[in-house]
Amino acid sequence: MAEGLMAGKRGLIMGLANNRSIAWGISKALHAQGAELAFAYQGEALKRRVEPLANEVGSDFMVECDVTDEAAVDNAFAEIKKRWGNLDFVVHAIGFSNKDELEGRYIDTTPENFALTMNISVFSFTAVAKRAEALMSEGGSLLTLTYYGSEKYVPNYNVMGVAKAALEASVRYLAVDLGKKGIRVNAISAGAIKTLAASGIAGLRDMLHWQEANSPMRKNVTIDEVGGAAMYLLSDLSSGVSGEIHYVDAGYNIVGMKLLDGAEEE
Amino acid sequence: MSEVEDRVRKIVVEHLNVEADKVTEKASFIDDLGADSLDQVELVMAFEEEFSVEIPDDAAETIQTFGDAVSFLKKATA
Repeated sequence: MAEGLMAGKRGLIMGLANNRSIAWGISKALHAQGAELAFAYQGEALKRRVEPLANEVGSDFMVECDVTDEAAVDNAFAEIKKRWGNLDFVVHAIGFSNKDELEGRYIDTTPENFALTMNISVFSFTAVAKRAEALMSEGGSLLTLTYYGSEKYVPNYNVMGVAKAALEASVRYLAVDLGKKGIRVNAISAGAIKTLAASGIAGLRDMLHWQEANSPMRKNVTIDEVGGAAMYLLSDLSSGVSGEIHYVDAGYNIVGMKLLDGAEEE
Repeated sequence: MSEVEDRVRKIVVEHLNVEADKVTEKASFIDDLGADSLDQVELVMAFEEEFSVEIPDDAAETIQTFGDAVSFLKKATA
């Protein structure tokens, strides 16, 4: 029997792509505390990336899941039910938008990409929560990932900022819907991190430099730092916490003016 | 063989799981070495890390072959 704060808990990780993924930082932190993990992947290109990482954290449980396909989400949770019976937590680290619209003006967002971005980056969390609820008869914890571009303008983040605002709102609605059942719903608002997905945002480097120069801690955050906070939100340590947007951003969100000593940097 | 070439080759061999002798100057990551579009992005990120340089998106798009990567990184680190 594993030991640790997550011993005896089983959860699904959605959105792992490679060893730079925030989902990887979270997976490592959960594994270190004894959690048992399953991984959802979309398509062969991601499967071959996820498989070795899953093995590294002692898991051979992988389920295919295209979140835009209702039947595929049903199937993924049916597989989990079959193997585990119940589920203690879900990590939703999924978002998508057409790269061409993650630069330039938000106003030029197309209806097609707006709908796609909202579907994958927002609705999928609700769709997953609904299936997870059925497997969480003894309570549970759901976690998604957001970013400060939901609250304030961040250059090039565009439609993803609008989607993250909707995702954060859905955290609050889901928290109420599921609260009576002891299922908690939270989000981590992580500072910019150079991941495969983030590399699609034009000017990611500027985001990283700006944040490093102007956050209280004068640094960028790592996937392991997000992992630590995620482990807390998924464990019983946070049993009194729900509907929360928790910042893991070196404090950047509390700053109201560019730091004067940060001005010379980049 | 230059030091830059060696370091780039090592990254390509490890990342794409190919034989070192297949990684020739004209070898295209996608057409010859079996990379997919995610590998292409991951390789660029690995180059940036190894050489402590920043490769902007428009430059990254021009790095299609092993030779492209080596010449870009030689210039960037010169």
